[in-house]
Amino acid sequence: MYETSDIRKNLKVEIDGDPYIVIDFQFVKPGKGNAFTRTKMRNMKTGNVLERTFKSGEKLTPANLEERQMQFLYCDGENYHFMDTGNYDQVFLTPDQVGDAKDLMPENTVVNIMFHAGKALGVTLPNFVELEVVESEPGIKGDTASGASKPATLSTGATITVPLFIEQGDVLRIDTRTRAYVERAKK
Amino acid sequence: MTSNDVTRLSGLRAALDVRAAVIRELRRSFEARGSLEVETPLRVAAPGTDVHLDPEPSGDRYLITSPELHMKRLCAAGYGRIHQICHCFRRDEAGHLHNPEFTMLEWYRGHATYLELADELEAMLPEVARRVTGSTRLEGRDVDLAAPWERVTVRDAFARHAGWTPGAEPDPDRFFRDLVERVEPRLGRGRPTVLYEYPASQAALARRKLDDPTVAERFELYVDGVELVNAFQELTDPVEQRARFERDNLERLRAGKPVLPIDERLLDALGAMPPTAGASLGVDRLVMLLAGAGSIGDVIAFPEPWV
Repeated sequence: MYETSDIRKNLKVEIDGDPYIVIDFQFVKPGKGNAFTRTKMRNMKTGNVLERTFKSGEKLTPANLEERQMQFLYCDGENYHFMDTGNYDQVFLTPDQVGDAKDLMPENTVVNIMFHAGKALGVTLPNFVELEVVESEPGIKGDTASGASKPATLSTGATITVPLFIEQGDVLRIDTRTRAYVERAKK
Repeated sequence: MTSNDVTRLSGLRAALDVRAAVIRELRRSFEARGSLEVETPLRVAAPGTDVHLDPEPSGDRYLITSPELHMKRLCAAGYGRIHQICHCFRRDEAGHLHNPEFTMLEWYRGHATYLELADELEAMLPEVARRVTGSTRLEGRDVDLAAPWERVTVRDAFARHAGWTPGAEPDPDRFFRDLVERVEPRLGRGRPTVLYEYPASQAALARRKLDDPTVAERFELYVDGVELVNAFQELTDPVEQRARFERDNLERLRAGKPVLPIDERLLDALGAMPPTAGASLGVDRLVMLLAGAGSIGDVIAFPEPWV
């Protein structure tokens, strides 16, 4: 169980059978009275935001969440299918549940799938993925070292900002948390 | 880490200028009104028994959560107008309006009523604001500190914002939850609010009203939902004061908190104390409001995470 003093951003708690993630919190206390923690939490299943105030000393139940490593197999045109390479269990996620990960997730990538009470809920990509540039205008000569940049489209569909010297066919290392170019991957 | 700290501290210059000006102008105001600035110990044997305040032990003593008990001893000895600006310490209080070590302004006026103290503050606070920022309007908040202020009783405020009227001893859970969720956020909008006449069970060190003992003569000043001042018509009856200390300790026991020593010297002195009104103001919060900041951590050079 969590105490109210454990409440932090990103803490995951169970409320009325649903997992919630704390997105904001505030310690409030009248000078001569009980302390409270006022929270804003997002339902990890529905995305709805809930405001809840906890009295100091109240207990919170940790969300019944489990993360499993699974391999991304394919998208059937709508849903995204994943497999546990240990026991060949398969699950799928809807496009909404995959969210922003959609266009940075190449097939065969090993990802973390979040489960709530046994049901797949969402996906977390590895911090870095390597993706090929399928389209990018050639850079303009003479403007190389100044930090100038241009857009590039990756094999998974994402368009990101890259330095001018990047060419079609290059494989890039991308930080999935910021969707930013890191470096050209060694060939 | 070092360069981080340097950047952070240089960014605080404007806020620290406001802080210095606020403290200077508060002192000037009290001096102009004939108040004597006093000092009382920060390490004490009996830190008060308030159920919801946890004093920090310091060797065989405690750090003060408020200088009120020693200042009342001065009042009892005939010091009619005194004030003090000092640090107070409250364990586990940290947030946008709380820091475990903070600056308090505490003052007393003999032979005055607590509502006269509210009137005096209504003249003083706009004057301080004008001298510090050139205006009584608060930057970034829809509040003008200029008189007249709103005055509303706890009963009326609860009836209006929480939909029920607290009696002499409201259920504390319900009272405080509605106070923080429904009432406080709606106080001090546009202009400051004096919230007065608290349920008798929430008297702390305030006297009960003579012609209506279900309420205590206590007010709090709110500015934009922020509790800025707490004031009492001071309880001067040593018998009732002892009973309240003992009742607090019983509640502390029930809540699994340590029992705290009762201040026998204060009880000895209390009988000699003339009718007195006393108040305290959170200096960091006032600086925050006048500096246009959103958190007291933005106006303290070394708030909790940076100590």
